[in-house]
Amino acid sequence: MSFINYSSREINCKIVYYGPGLCGKTTNLQYIYNKTNPEAKGKMISLATETERTLFFDFLPLSLGEIRGFKTRFHLYTVPGQVFYDASRKLILKGVDGVVYVGDSQMERMEANIESLENLRSNLQEQGYDLDKLPYVVQYNKRDLPNAISMAELEEALNPTKVPSFEAVAPKGVGVFDTLKAVAKLVLTELRKGG
Amino acid sequence: MIQQLVMYEEELQQINRVCEVLQKDSNARAVLVIDKNGQAIAQAGDVQELDVTSLSSLTAGNVAATGGIAQLLAEKEFAGQFHEGEKTNVHISIVGARVILVVLFDERSSLGLVRLRVRKAAAELTTTLEVMVKKSQSGSQPSVFSEITDDDIDNLFND
Repeated sequence: MSFINYSSREINCKIVYYGPGLCGKTTNLQYIYNKTNPEAKGKMISLATETERTLFFDFLPLSLGEIRGFKTRFHLYTVPGQVFYDASRKLILKGVDGVVYVGDSQMERMEANIESLENLRSNLQEQGYDLDKLPYVVQYNKRDLPNAISMAELEEALNPTKVPSFEAVAPKGVGVFDTLKAVAKLVLTELRKGG
Repeated sequence: MIQQLVMYEEELQQINRVCEVLQKDSNARAVLVIDKNGQAIAQAGDVQELDVTSLSSLTAGNVAATGGIAQLLAEKEFAGQFHEGEKTNVHISIVGARVILVVLFDERSSLGLVRLRVRKAAAELTTTLEVMVKKSQSGSQPSVFSEITDDDIDNLFND
């Protein structure tokens, strides 16, 4: 749920990065954090295990600039990808304004990709959202790995509704900002419709 | 599809006033009002040293997790939480099922006093929130968004 503060002239939106374990959700946020000017970002918070697996969520507050005198702030969250953290994933989806699904391009992760995507859809439904009506983009991460499968196959399996999709190599930043911009644009466009 | 919570000057002033009174009356270090989704709404007291954005997000996460535990135990929700530190204590309560009221206090106050003052503040906040939600839903107020163009949105990403 976006939060519009007419008093401080701010628009706040929540974007959630979703996807299977080790697909690179946290890496996306880390890259954004590292490449953003200090004045445009807050502290990045990672609630992770000792082995750096996301336990609850990562959080990165980001300012994108002003629209008509309103500061636009995006709160980026990741969910824990591992299957058994489902209860936590549901909590993080509450109040979401836009979703980035991060898929893992490796052949052996296809089953995990599909499972995670189905999980996203059903968890959203539980919260009263319909993925097809939300601002939503797809990112295919790890495109540089030798066992990455073709884009055509990924699109067919993970993007049946043909939302905007992006190839990415998150540690190098390939596709990271394109993905973020695309979802942020969709969120703002959706806000305008509702406004 | 996206639900919006809209805050106008009048309600924010009321919420700020409740925060200030609560902070003084309970001898607290700081008082924060946070939306359940983790957005900071208002604060009072000694907040310059605090990372309010991070505190808001983590508190909302904490409240959401505690709410999840309540559901598993067939409880509606746990209305309050208290964290006791060596120097700073944190009292967290849910107000009007919609926002989180956080009171940070030290040895100059006590849990009993904070609880007492929070009860009064929560009642006042609930009334203000109801007005705010009604205004948000009615859409009767002019929206900044109806005037936004595609170019405005594109310009955000041009740097």
